[in-house]
Amino acid sequence: MSLPDLLGASVHDLAAGVRARRFSARALTDAYLDRIERLDGQLGSFLLVDAAGARAQADAVDARVAAGQDPGPLAGVPIALKDLYVTRDLPTTCASKILRGFVAPYESTAGARLAAAGAVRLGKLNMDEFAMGSSNENSSVRPVRNPWDLERVPGGSSGGSAAAVAASLCVATLGSDTGGSIRQPAALTGLAGLKPTYGRISRHGVVAFASSLDCPGPLGRSVEDVAAVMEVIAGHDPLDATSIAAPVGSYRKACAAGLSGMRLGIPAEYFQPGIDPEIESGVRAAIDTLAAAGAQVVPVSLPHTGYAVATYYLICTAEASSNLARYDGIRYGHRTDQEGSLETLVSATRGEGFGAEVKRRIILGTYVLRAGYYEAYYGKALRVRRLIADDFARAFASCDVLLTPTSPLPAFRLGEKVSDPIQMYLADIFTVGASLAGLPALSQTCGFTRSGLPVGMQIIAPALGEEAIFRVAGAYQKLTDWHRRHPPFAGGAS
Amino acid sequence: MIDQSSFEPVIGLEVHVQLATRSKLFSSAAAAFGGEPNTATDPLVLGLPGTLPVLNRAVVEMAVRFGLAVGGRIRPRCRFARKHYFYPDLPKGFQTSQYDEPLVEGGTVSFRLRGEHRTVRLTRIHLEEDAGKLVHGPRSSLVDYNRAGVPLCEAVSEPDIRSADEAAEYLRALRTLVRYLGISDGNMEEGSLRCDANVSLRPRGETTLGTKTELKNINSFKNVKEAIEHEIKRQAQLLSRGERVVQETRLWDATKGLSASMRSKEHAHDYRYFPEPDLPPLAVDEVFVARVRGGLPELPEARFSRYTTALGLSPQDAGVLVSEKEIADYFDAAVTAAGAGAGTEKKVANWVINEVLARVPDARGLAASDLPVPPAGIAELVGLLERGAVSGKQAKEVFGRMWQQRRAAADIVAAEGMTQVSDTAALEAACQAAIAAHPEEVARYRAGRAQLLGFFVGQVLKETGGQANPKVVSEILRRLMSQ
Repeated sequence: MSLPDLLGASVHDLAAGVRARRFSARALTDAYLDRIERLDGQLGSFLLVDAAGARAQADAVDARVAAGQDPGPLAGVPIALKDLYVTRDLPTTCASKILRGFVAPYESTAGARLAAAGAVRLGKLNMDEFAMGSSNENSSVRPVRNPWDLERVPGGSSGGSAAAVAASLCVATLGSDTGGSIRQPAALTGLAGLKPTYGRISRHGVVAFASSLDCPGPLGRSVEDVAAVMEVIAGHDPLDATSIAAPVGSYRKACAAGLSGMRLGIPAEYFQPGIDPEIESGVRAAIDTLAAAGAQVVPVSLPHTGYAVATYYLICTAEASSNLARYDGIRYGHRTDQEGSLETLVSATRGEGFGAEVKRRIILGTYVLRAGYYEAYYGKALRVRRLIADDFARAFASCDVLLTPTSPLPAFRLGEKVSDPIQMYLADIFTVGASLAGLPALSQTCGFTRSGLPVGMQIIAPALGEEAIFRVAGAYQKLTDWHRRHPPFAGGAS
Repeated sequence: MIDQSSFEPVIGLEVHVQLATRSKLFSSAAAAFGGEPNTATDPLVLGLPGTLPVLNRAVVEMAVRFGLAVGGRIRPRCRFARKHYFYPDLPKGFQTSQYDEPLVEGGTVSFRLRGEHRTVRLTRIHLEEDAGKLVHGPRSSLVDYNRAGVPLCEAVSEPDIRSADEAAEYLRALRTLVRYLGISDGNMEEGSLRCDANVSLRPRGETTLGTKTELKNINSFKNVKEAIEHEIKRQAQLLSRGERVVQETRLWDATKGLSASMRSKEHAHDYRYFPEPDLPPLAVDEVFVARVRGGLPELPEARFSRYTTALGLSPQDAGVLVSEKEIADYFDAAVTAAGAGAGTEKKVANWVINEVLARVPDARGLAASDLPVPPAGIAELVGLLERGAVSGKQAKEVFGRMWQQRRAAADIVAAEGMTQVSDTAALEAACQAAIAAHPEEVARYRAGRAQLLGFFVGQVLKETGGQANPKVVSEILRRLMSQ
């Protein structure tokens, strides 16, 4: 039995192949584990590779196939989870010193659904510490490198999730998107990455950064891959009181449903000076391609866009300062060796355990929630958030989806932006709006810069409008070839 | 000598009621009291990363019951909020509570203070989760999270209370109420009822509030009285000397009989409240509220009114009967079984208070299905008494055997041959005999020594082996000796 070309493998083809016994899940897993061993040393995308566990899962899939039982829609498909997803048998560290060695007694709902569908989990992926960052340089272990250029960042915070798929070390990954942490790395590494509607995917077992913004979501090579994973992990979870009860859509079908009649809204505020010219031209070319294929292009306006970054950072840091208060060294994780008062225990533990960016955001967030200042900061931010959401609602009266750049810049060099956190924050300008409004948004590749770096475009839909996104994204993929390109590092010709 | 009487104490109580649900407020971990440390926990209770709260609906029902029972307004929409501080017994580094949108607003609690009717207003009742327990050793402390996450109702009163005694009565009324509603044990020793007191003084006649102090670590009804009395004295001394009362929190030390300032809380806590993002707003609709209202039992104060006015019981007796719902339910059932009759209720009350209650160690045992004497049994015994089938003295004996042998009154009376003789004709002969046997006493009776009637009744009773109905005997003797 011969394996397909791993570089071009799709979720559908691999699962079908395992079910039809064209190859075994075990052989597939071994092949990917081999790639990881050979290539990931240079990338740093995995924090933990669970070879034994993966092989056991693969063998179980093969046994089910041999016994004539249904092995699941993702049978044998090698996946990996951002180290933000709690796993029962593997440590979950969120790339932080404060959780080094922490093993949870329970499993995330999303991870469990993937396992139940027959997917094989290869390990846990590197990330910015506690999902705070846009370059994966905030990992306490090591930064992740972009397979398209090892001197550049893959984006963040789901940098490991992106690099691993881009280098074909696995077929699909789960990341998380709070202000752009799936979409931006997907854009910088040439992938499809979906931030679903807030509440579409259960947050049970996904370590909280900003509770009202966190969205678990998939990254894959193609939109069909992303759609296939979505169908398995989406849906109501009684363990998450914010999860939506609406039925899960037919996302894979939507990928093939075509463009006709769709109206693409182009928000003026997302095409201001300051965007890298190659990004802008790449996205505009994509708009032209879609228009030529039958989509209608409609200019729209989202007037409060200029407030989005400030609003986002007020809300997410406030919620983060609250969600990270539990890391005090008393019940689990790192505890300081210093002796003394309770205050010493807690502050030394947190001082030793948290990285600089995490501390920065906790301090900011604590400041935002101070007594007497709630109305001026957090309270005000909640009201502006409402205005931003209203902007989107008004725009969707005249279009079905919005089309924008995902990131104002292509992948930047490691170390280039670490000394200026505010610059880093401002780069989130195009992604935070959809986060604040709770809307689904996908990034897919729409071109490459002259130096060979991927350019991403973002498709935003109304709440629970994932199917509209997949329609546009799927149609765009039929008209272009960007998603078939692989970084030379991964071993393929570009 | 400090003239305390020139100051008026102004007191408010914050009472925490632990709700008797099976599971905790936000997870399915068991909410039971006691047990090995850290066995009633789960990932959420321990604040493990990635866990999310899910509201226990049974808690909402109990809290709404409480809110309706005090006549408060149930908000159709309320929110949970996070209250932040670092302490080992608080697993998430914040307590999920309610801040500016509590479940219940307003309400009142009524009770009697030395016979006088009093009403204390409530500001609000809200839901929150309990923290774990710390056990301090010489060199380290241990934490038990069994109690973490247990649901609490916090009832905040307006500063309507004017004395330590009143505070204790208010607290007692709250305790009775929550036990009536079946929402809590209300046990201060076990911690299912906890109380903090806010105390300030002002010159009599003033309407503005003085500086208040908060008293904590009050864990019995006795402590409530003593701690508040001590604080009133302490503040009066300060104010009389022209000094100011410092706004602070003071811990009551029951063994020393005094309070000490909690110096560790010198910087006021900034709890950084914000709405809990993991829980959508709680909507409580009219239909739900109506259903809960329909299921409310007759409450203590309403029962007290009914017992004293409609049934004519004394306030003391009524007070005992309403003190626990099980006693009042038992009494009501017995009265219903006994049927209408002049003074029946009073008789039933006497039997319940003096005989039944004395035989159960815990009044709540009266609700047991295997009680030796059920309410119908008391009703039957009272019926026999009223018909004159047994005398009062006999009835006491009968009851004793009813309880011991779990038998009906009629059975015992018949089996032991204890039937009281009330037949006039039969007794007339015995009376005649007694009169004939004691001519001197008859003369003295007729001369005016009316109390000698008792002597003759005693003789007849002796003759009849105690089975004569003394009332009937008295009437016959009077009639005979007045001829």
